[in-house]
Amino acid sequence: MTMSTVGKSAHRIGGFNRVTGLQEYVADLKMHDALHVQLVTIDCAHARILAIDSSKAEEVPGVRFVMTAADLPQPVPRFGMQYQDRPVIADGEVNYHGEPVAAVAAETKDAAEEAALLVRVDYEELPAVLSIADALDPSSPLVQDPSIRVPGPLAETNILCEYHFGWGDVDAQRADLVVENTYEWPMQTHFAIEPHGFLAAPDGDGVAVWSSIQHPYQLQKTVARVVGLPLAKVRVFAPDPGGGFGGKQHSKLEPLLAFMALKAGRPVRLILSLEETFQLVRRASTEIHVRTGFKSDGTIVFQDFVNNYLGGAYADTADRITAKSGYLSAGPYRTPAVRILARAVLSHTTPVHPYRGFGIPQVSWAREMNLDEGALALGIDRLEIRLRNLAKYGEEFVPSDTPADGDWAETVRKAAEEIGWGTPLSEGRGRGIAIGVKSGPTTGLSFATARFLADGSVLVYSGTSDMGQGARTIFAQIAGEELGVPLSQISVVMGDTAVVPYDQQTSASRSSVLMGNVVLDACRDIQRKIRAMAARIHGIEESEIVVDRGVVRLPDGERPIVDVLKEGLGRMGGELVGNGESRKDAVPEHPLGGTAAFFEFNCTACDVEVDPETGETTVLRHVTVGDVGLALNPAQVKGQDEGAAVMGLGHALMEHIITDGEGRVRNLGAIDYRIPTSKDLPVEFISKTVENADGPGPYGVKGISEGSLLCTAPAVASAVRDATGAVIRDLPLSPERVWRAMKEQEQA
Amino acid sequence: MSDTMRIDVTVNGRLRTIEVAMHHTLLEVLRDDIDLTGTKECCVVGECGACTVIVDGRSMNSCLMLAVEVDGSEITTVEGLATEGHLSRLQESFLDHGAAQCGFCIPGQLMSAYALLQSNPDPTADDVHEALAGNLCRCAGYQQITEAVLAAAEEGKR
Repeated sequence: MTMSTVGKSAHRIGGFNRVTGLQEYVADLKMHDALHVQLVTIDCAHARILAIDSSKAEEVPGVRFVMTAADLPQPVPRFGMQYQDRPVIADGEVNYHGEPVAAVAAETKDAAEEAALLVRVDYEELPAVLSIADALDPSSPLVQDPSIRVPGPLAETNILCEYHFGWGDVDAQRADLVVENTYEWPMQTHFAIEPHGFLAAPDGDGVAVWSSIQHPYQLQKTVARVVGLPLAKVRVFAPDPGGGFGGKQHSKLEPLLAFMALKAGRPVRLILSLEETFQLVRRASTEIHVRTGFKSDGTIVFQDFVNNYLGGAYADTADRITAKSGYLSAGPYRTPAVRILARAVLSHTTPVHPYRGFGIPQVSWAREMNLDEGALALGIDRLEIRLRNLAKYGEEFVPSDTPADGDWAETVRKAAEEIGWGTPLSEGRGRGIAIGVKSGPTTGLSFATARFLADGSVLVYSGTSDMGQGARTIFAQIAGEELGVPLSQISVVMGDTAVVPYDQQTSASRSSVLMGNVVLDACRDIQRKIRAMAARIHGIEESEIVVDRGVVRLPDGERPIVDVLKEGLGRMGGELVGNGESRKDAVPEHPLGGTAAFFEFNCTACDVEVDPETGETTVLRHVTVGDVGLALNPAQVKGQDEGAAVMGLGHALMEHIITDGEGRVRNLGAIDYRIPTSKDLPVEFISKTVENADGPGPYGVKGISEGSLLCTAPAVASAVRDATGAVIRDLPLSPERVWRAMKEQEQA
Repeated sequence: MSDTMRIDVTVNGRLRTIEVAMHHTLLEVLRDDIDLTGTKECCVVGECGACTVIVDGRSMNSCLMLAVEVDGSEITTVEGLATEGHLSRLQESFLDHGAAQCGFCIPGQLMSAYALLQSNPDPTADDVHEALAGNLCRCAGYQQITEAVLAAAEEGKR
């Protein structure tokens, strides 16, 4: 192989702007003549809106108008990723704490803020459905009126969706030991350091929208449908998000902004506060009841799950998260019989959005912890029980789905080796290990264009969003490799639906694989044209020429592609254009609508020390090993892998949204919702990869950006238990919770 | 509508005389009045560090200072780190170590690191963690950021 850029830690494309302050995020865009928007909310989770009086607000100098549901087309348009149930703005009712009821547009931010406080909302507080138990209680009020539900047996319940997955006959299995427990995972917030921001402006006879969004093309579709415009009249600009983590996937307030811009005939801008961002979307909280059946030698004979996901007031992505993570509840273990009931309920809480891991951390928490219980009861080592049941390379561990696509035992053994599994620990310390596996994308549709310019430089056009994962750099490396061009001569254009071709979405760690293949395809299209060019120049048949990795191989020697390009284009110059396209089609009979493109597989192991006086957990050593196929850019792989691991430690040790008895969020903002800082890093941090170049992406890559947070919580909790004996089945492992569990353990 | 005050402030070496609203923070004035948007806004309660700038040699959360407080001060923002288009050692080191991922927190990280190296040219990893503990990074590139700061310090000794 003549790899020149692949596998190298090339500098991030866009890095210069990121270290100089020149990178323009949505809030940094200057829009001439823009009105500032401020949202109006009430401090209540569920209420009937009786009246909205904006007269005082409209008297504030500089205020142009106050928009409410009454100013929108009737019935108020609703939208959503799977269900069209979220109104553009609260329509007669507030259904979760922080749902906007009105929006002020003013000449200055100060005026908008002042006026928002003067909008008087009369409302009647209504009983709220706040928990899974509430939602499942038939006597509870309905969160959604059946008229906005999908017709069917669930329409008059608070159950959003219910899936039954599995194989084999759980009840017929003979187990020597059955371990049965319930594991809880709390609501959490994404906390990208960039709060969500939106701008909209009239654009000829259409509208332009700027958003910190992962899926610009889905946003375009939503705005076009809600506002009633052709796709070609909705232009979405998607500046690089300042962190996404799933929280910036789907449309939120953009439809409202589009209506406001069209009403004003001017640009409008809304940059949310961090507090407002917390109230926009959140991670699903879960209660997972799991029964695991073992033979006395540790062989798993069945896994039986009842997964309840607490969704919010609108479906958002709760259904898909429930389905996709529920489906893989049994993990990477060979299990003869599996039964999964995965259910999401509606409640008067913040809508559930994708969150790095897409529900898999929650199911891994339950499965891996229960596996530990089994190992302990059977007197089998926790590593050994995992290796004994782990699917082998090529094994169809979920019937009729993609077989295990890596040497997973190699990954697990490497993690065990790095942590020194089996070596002794001093008093007060403990060690844990856990495994996580997640399906990559189940469908995909991506296009890309590459333009090989007359001087040998390259423009790549892609609809992927570069939100920190470094997609631009990856695509440039692929183009550089294929066309023999240094990265300094490649630009990657993203984030404008009027310029870059369609891409389905930036999620599920897909872009290096799916869009990567499309960029490769676009470059190969150029290579074919180069071959025709070379045949013409040298007067030989195309069949005598091979173009590969930057080089044109002729019968009598080699030439760099760039030389052929320049000679072929001649004095007129111009360019060669290559197009790439790939689709991963849906499989209608598959329970998820498609098989996994690849699996993200990770093993995490850690050593912790627990302070017996305070219950505080310190992670002494943290090991994550991911099967990445091939690290196309090792520095970026490390950044994503360690970043996900630290985020996972935040979820495991400190993060949870706290609500009061009436459903009001009580820890909005950075003071009360803590995330890891530089001082929360593990004392020793080891991030390793397994690379067998066996992924479906270019040169054998797999997706990698979620792996190391899939099983952080069970690894840490396992270590805490090993250190203290404390058994904890809900998160986070806060000092208070650990301390209480230790005291209970002492008393027991 | 609101009271204003004229202040003289030197930002990245350039003396500016500006009329600022009494209630506007330094962050608001930097971003909205003088269009220096490299300094970022996130939590506005002094917890995240995205708005860190150097005021008279000390790193400050610009969201917690009123603009009128900096009358007569010298301020350095991220835009002032590079000189004549050349990146500073610290900025180069951030690129070399892959420390910038999404990049939103990076201006604040750089300013805290800059202040650290001014006062302590030879920090340990613990010193870096301590000095940058007020700068949240949700990409959680703390390890790379620390490596970048240490490498810049090392190079500074040569």
